[in-house]
Amino acid sequence: MSILVGENTRLLVQGLGRDGSFQASRTREYGTNMVAAVHPGRDGQKFEDKVPYFSTVAKAVEETGANTGVIFVPAPFAKDAIIEQVDAGLELVVCITEGVPVLDMVKVMAYIKGKPTRLIGSNCPGVLSPASKAKVGIVPGNIVRPGNVGVVSRSGTLTYEAIAQLVQHRMGQSTCVGIGGDPIHGTTFTDVLELFQADDETEAIVLIGEIGGIREQLAADYIKEHVTKPVVAAIAGSSAPPGKRMGHAGAIITGKAALASEKNKALETAGVHVVESPALIGAKMKEVLG
Amino acid sequence: MNIHEYQAKEILDRFGVPTPKAEVASTPEEAKEIASRIGGKVVVKAQVHAGGRGKVGGVKLVDSPGEAQEVAEGLIGSRLVTNQTGAAGVPVEKVMVAEILDIKEELYLSIVIDGDLGSPVVMASTEGGVEIEEVAEATPEKIFRVAGDPLIGLTTYHARDIAMALDVPAKSLRATTKLISDLYNVFVENDCSLVEINPLVVTEDDQVIALDAKINLEDDALFRHTDLAGLRDPNQQDPLEQRADQSDLAYVKLEGGRVGCMVNGAGLAMATMDITKAAGADPANFLDIGGSADQKRIEEAFKIIIDDHDVEMILVNLFAGIARSDVVAQGIVAAARETNATVPMVVAMRGTNAEEGIQILADSGLNITGAPDLAGAAEVLKEKLLELGDSN
Repeated sequence: MSILVGENTRLLVQGLGRDGSFQASRTREYGTNMVAAVHPGRDGQKFEDKVPYFSTVAKAVEETGANTGVIFVPAPFAKDAIIEQVDAGLELVVCITEGVPVLDMVKVMAYIKGKPTRLIGSNCPGVLSPASKAKVGIVPGNIVRPGNVGVVSRSGTLTYEAIAQLVQHRMGQSTCVGIGGDPIHGTTFTDVLELFQADDETEAIVLIGEIGGIREQLAADYIKEHVTKPVVAAIAGSSAPPGKRMGHAGAIITGKAALASEKNKALETAGVHVVESPALIGAKMKEVLG
Repeated sequence: MNIHEYQAKEILDRFGVPTPKAEVASTPEEAKEIASRIGGKVVVKAQVHAGGRGKVGGVKLVDSPGEAQEVAEGLIGSRLVTNQTGAAGVPVEKVMVAEILDIKEELYLSIVIDGDLGSPVVMASTEGGVEIEEVAEATPEKIFRVAGDPLIGLTTYHARDIAMALDVPAKSLRATTKLISDLYNVFVENDCSLVEINPLVVTEDDQVIALDAKINLEDDALFRHTDLAGLRDPNQQDPLEQRADQSDLAYVKLEGGRVGCMVNGAGLAMATMDITKAAGADPANFLDIGGSADQKRIEEAFKIIIDDHDVEMILVNLFAGIARSDVVAQGIVAAARETNATVPMVVAMRGTNAEEGIQILADSGLNITGAPDLAGAAEVLKEKLLELGDSN
């Protein structure tokens, strides 16, 4: 079993502009079951002559039985798209869109509280499970291999880096999850750790954090209490100066807890194998799994 | 986005938050006129996007309009170097001339987003007028926090709780409660990332007034605040950061670094800076070229890096998902040829069209050493830094 996505994933893609269309193509190429495309005004047409278009998410879900949604709409409309997918009852909603206003995410998180939908993102690379060929997002399908290491990360390309290092050391992945670089995001490290701990296919976990916030510390607390599988972690941004935002809206040192050194310390105390450099993730995992 | 104090004051005025009588001047003569209009003693404050200005002569109390003119004369057109600016400082183009209040108490009030709570949080303290980080460190119990509800906002009873925690005089409680509610509206209605009043003062006649104001606006939300977007003052930015902004590149200049970094993705960019530091050299910048950069943007990114005179070497680390390695390589080669750049480069390229990209760089005749991956890049960088050290 993978987590979050799998053989039963029936994918709906919302927002098929230039980037969304490109990514939807890669997703289908990879073998994911894309059942619906949502883009207002294209009813009756088909994406790549195969996947029906709908103007609304509700109609798409009703006609196709989609259970998972991925969002590529521009940032000003992302809040609406998330709410539309939640209202349509999708089990999993992944918002790839970057630059969603923080106060929009504040409202979204309050809105989905208590509803059955799980949100990942915004501003994230999404989820990919190699064994079940389920790709929901933008993680390149050609770099992953099926295997038993779960990967969870706040950063996109650094996730790819970790995957490449694992593959180089002949270790595949059970599921790769990018939770996103914004200060407010739907699914957290702790949520994903819980899923990986319960997943039979996952033997070990790679956690990639970065400066800013206290989510890595919360992850450390959770690991200490609940995670028995080995965890290898790296925190990006040890060389970043305080007060300067490093690209991601969440990646800014605003207090002591936001420092890489503090996060490393918390994770080490929880028994996590913390690597000094993000270049050593693969080698460390090899060592840990023997 | 940072804005000036006088612009923040204008926003507060619009939302009914009491501020001192003050106006902004672009010339010493204007400063004099404003001072005579306000009458009596005034304070002249340099308008710059940097804290710590008071410690370096950027805030001065004066006794007369003539003296206000003199102080403004010295400030306008100068550059202010504070503990928050680089060595080059920031230019002073305007000063704010404000009335002086008879202050009884200095308090602290701010609003930020708490990502972990998922809502705006009001922070208040009776310890105003000092660095709040120091208060938080030494006496965290002196900071009172209340989260606003994401959908309802800050209720009046919450605002009153905060006013009570600030221990304002009984007769000022109602006005302070209103001030806190209004300030919360400033935050949410303008999509701020920070509103900070330090100090919030209680005057001798028990008025509560926002003496200083710092407002940061969220860049990602400026699309719905076209009136506020015009408040940007590019002259306060580092010139290289300003150029990067114009090309939509996420770039942060780091003082004194030697190795320019060019990377796609924020996390990988930070990781690349980290391995640079571990290899023995400080990174000169953070640069995320983004996922869908075309050749023009890559060229500009390269030029920004080499126009930083501290840069002695460039580390390119690309893991192309959406981005295309061949396009990045073409951009680097074109920019390097145009600028006759001779700076040595270490390049790791993986992902989409990596082989084509590596070939383009190999055929270019530029001073480039390839590296297989992040760990390899660290090794090559270490060797190259030693060579560079020997030749110096």
